[in-house]
Amino acid sequence: MSVETVAGPALASACDDVREAVDGDSVDGVPPGHVARPASTDETAGLLRTAAELDLAVVARGAGTKLTWGTPPERVDLVLDLSRMDAVLDHAAGDLVAVAQAGCPIDRLQETLAAAGQRLAIDGTLPGTTLGGGIATNSSGPRRMLNGTFRDLMIGTTVVRADGVIAKSGGRVVKNVAGYDLGKLMTGSFGTLGVVTEAVFRLHPLPTASQVLAVDVRDATTAAALVAAVVHSDVVPTAVEVDWPAGVVAVLLEGTEQGVDSRTAATRTLLTGAGASTVDIAEQLPPWWGHHPEGVLLKLTCSLSAVGGLLQEAARQGVAVRGSAGAGVLYGGLPADAEVAAAVTVLRAFCLAAGGSLVVLAAPADVRSTVDVWGPVPALELMRAVKGQFDPHRRLSPGRFVGGI
Amino acid sequence: MSSTHGTTKTAGAVVGPSAPERSGPTGDSPQVRAVRRRVQELLPAKTVITDHARLRTYECDGLAHYRVTPALAVLADSVDDVATTVRICAEERVPFVARGSGTGLSGGALPRADGVLIVMSRMRAIREVSAEDQRAVVEPGVINLDVTKAAAAHGYYYAPDPSSQQICSIGGNVAENSGGAHCLKYGFTSNHVTGAEFVAPDGSVVELGGRALDAPGYDLLGTVIGSEGTLGIATAVTVRLTRTPEHVVTVLAGFPSTDDAGAATSAIIGAGIVPAAIEMMDALAIEAAEAAVHCNYPEGAGAVLVVELDGPEVEVRQEFDQVERLCRDNGAFAFRVANDDVERALIWRGRKSAFAAVGRISPDYIVQDGVIPRTSLPKVLRAIAELSASSAVRVANVFHAGDGNLHPLVLFDDSEEGQGEAAEEISGKILDLCIEAGGSITGEHGVGMDKSAYMPRMFSDADLDTMQMVRCAFDPNNISNPGKIFPTPRLCGEVPGRHKGEHPLAKSGIAEIF
Ligand SMILES: Cc1cc2nc3c(=O)[nH]c(=O)nc-3n(C[C@H](O)[C@H](O)[C@H](O)COP(=O)(O)OP(=O)(O)OC[C@H]3O[C@@H](n4cnc5c(N)ncnc54)[C@H](O)[C@@H]3O)c2cc1C
Repeated sequence: MSVETVAGPALASACDDVREAVDGDSVDGVPPGHVARPASTDETAGLLRTAAELDLAVVARGAGTKLTWGTPPERVDLVLDLSRMDAVLDHAAGDLVAVAQAGCPIDRLQETLAAAGQRLAIDGTLPGTTLGGGIATNSSGPRRMLNGTFRDLMIGTTVVRADGVIAKSGGRVVKNVAGYDLGKLMTGSFGTLGVVTEAVFRLHPLPTASQVLAVDVRDATTAAALVAAVVHSDVVPTAVEVDWPAGVVAVLLEGTEQGVDSRTAATRTLLTGAGASTVDIAEQLPPWWGHHPEGVLLKLTCSLSAVGGLLQEAARQGVAVRGSAGAGVLYGGLPADAEVAAAVTVLRAFCLAAGGSLVVLAAPADVRSTVDVWGPVPALELMRAVKGQFDPHRRLSPGRFVGGI
Repeated sequence: MSSTHGTTKTAGAVVGPSAPERSGPTGDSPQVRAVRRRVQELLPAKTVITDHARLRTYECDGLAHYRVTPALAVLADSVDDVATTVRICAEERVPFVARGSGTGLSGGALPRADGVLIVMSRMRAIREVSAEDQRAVVEPGVINLDVTKAAAAHGYYYAPDPSSQQICSIGGNVAENSGGAHCLKYGFTSNHVTGAEFVAPDGSVVELGGRALDAPGYDLLGTVIGSEGTLGIATAVTVRLTRTPEHVVTVLAGFPSTDDAGAATSAIIGAGIVPAAIEMMDALAIEAAEAAVHCNYPEGAGAVLVVELDGPEVEVRQEFDQVERLCRDNGAFAFRVANDDVERALIWRGRKSAFAAVGRISPDYIVQDGVIPRTSLPKVLRAIAELSASSAVRVANVFHAGDGNLHPLVLFDDSEEGQGEAAEEISGKILDLCIEAGGSITGEHGVGMDKSAYMPRMFSDADLDTMQMVRCAFDPNNISNPGKIFPTPRLCGEVPGRHKGEHPLAKSGIAEIF
């Protein structure tokens, strides 16, 4: 009797939607044995208990858009496909709070909220991205500059642990300091600590008007000056993005019609004063907005004052950069056949010196084997200790995270 | 604000003042003696306090009900002082407790009789203010308001503004994830701290987060913020600075009742406005504030709202017109506007004095801190009024209405037989109301010593056990501020079912096919 033969029926007794894996189910090249689609937190818990009994390695999957981020898992026996858990469980509009299941696509949640004039102020970076996937990778888009990320807007979480125990933290109120905030720990943990099945979010009202001011700019010094002029002003931009070396700085203003009009005028003056020759004003976001650059995908962070220098260095290394110049969180792309390792080394040194980091988010396997994906990670021993507590047998996405966690 | 603020009663569970003294070895155990000797050998004499009278200075925080004299205090001047002390404590298995300014209202900084109090208030340097990076790097003893003062010249400020901001420390803020009146719009400490230098409970010094955002790895920084000193000690903090808003308008509106003021609050939020702050006071709280600071709030008001709007001028003016209309639509009979800082201070004076002011109308009081979903305000306020009426215990209500954070002030006279107990009972029942409404047992003041017994009402055993797994990762020997937050400690040794020897499947002969 193989473990597959044992695992199949055991998993099926915990969940009525279990099948054997097919080619498309591979996680970053690693084929799983089974795929289960639990319908509830309880079913997820049952599956994880079964997995614990049989020592199956488990990877949770939302829309599957970021499974190639980070490093591939050492082994996968079971893919937990959360696509059946896609409900918006509650939208308490009067409290500006929503509760949703992890498999719910961000866009779907937004549609529900928009009906009541509200939104979760987080951008879905890739089409179909689910809440769970966004939380696990701490993905963010342009609006993070003003509103923060999942770690800032998630106020409660339900997690199923590796041993199948269900644990909640936080709650349904925005202001709450009772107990540890496990949601923060889960955010960006790449599924290595537990499976998030439900989350509670703080919401914002939808703005009634928005404008984008875009400036074509050739040199990085001017680009940095444009960014600084807006960032250090009181026009309260929702986002300040760059697209480089394409040569664009773009500012998103959101609010009321009158307010956005007056801030658009003020922002135009700031940009002109900082060296913009022409400022394009549109209601539409530019086509590149919020899209990652092509190719090997890097995430680069640095202090705000270093963004100009980073653009320069990236261009020198042949790396295209897009992202939040206003938050100092940018994404780089370069062709897989380029000198990836050399570019990573140079740019990582730059980012580290500027108080930030460089992570190789996605790359073909042969490229990935030539680079250090995560770079230096301080406090790694504490992180290992946390992993050791939550998943002592290393069954949740083993090897997907920093330091081989 | 005076530097000593003491509420005389526990806000939550009745645990009794001697609880922390009961457990563990006394101040003179061999371990404590060893720590004392070793610390004295390694640190300058002025840093180590052993004199009982001086140690008593630190016997309580803002919740004066609990008092414990520490075995030893270290007045740290540097990260090395902290790391050395913690390392020795770890080696000798002696508990330590960090203390900032001691303004905490949940007994978080309550010392251990069998442990070391590490006082952070001498570490007061603002190491750097970088407007261009929107960051400041400060030592943990730095007073909250001093960060804003240092940043103001650059057009920046530090957004989290607890009412105690003139005296509380950034280290204490980090430990409590403190917020203030303005966190409705701007969030809490966790949204404004990007990095910390941190002494883990084994004495090692690590960097958490950084100057830039999204440091790779687990968000240990976010986990440490709000952990009430139970995961280690912050020795330097990198904070985010926020642009000073272009325009600020503060209004005071008088309503016939809290129901009307609550309806106005809902209407404002419902209109898509996110004010910087919405604060409410009821008639009894207004009475107290009038007696204390003559704030001259509208006569006959059953409730007042203080609403502050900030941001770009055009939007603030628009929102102001809406707020005025929504207040009047919901029964406001008085509406005052402050357009400059002097007028603004006048309006805020009544609100900010509220805690201390109830001292004018009652000899003793409990400051409670609980949270409810904002839409439950009318229901919960009515229930509090009923509790008060049925028990003859007066309750004054002051709260952050925008985010449903209640601060009921439960009034009593301790010289009257039974009043203290009655007040504690009402105070506890208010927390039950918060939990029933789907809220929280604390929005600002933390669990500390005071509310640990309430944690099981809000969280299941599994929830608490999971939180303590984090604690075990950081502090397996349970020496960093033990006895706070969690009603019962978890034994960290017991890693469930760790495989020993052969894997069960391998044993049954099926694993090799696998
Ligand atoms: C009048 C008054 C009004 C208040 N208003 C508010 C308010 O509006 N909002 C609010 O949130 N709170 C408020 N508080 C509560 C209190 O001021 C805050 O909790 C504050 O953050 C505590 O800071 P502190 O420096 O006094 O810390 P302490 O009371 O000294 O310590 C608090 C906790 O922090 C830990 N700690 C201290 N320093 C460190 C460090 N460097 N590293 C790790 N742990 C550390 C301690 O061990 C303890 O658990 C108020 C208190 C008073 C007296």
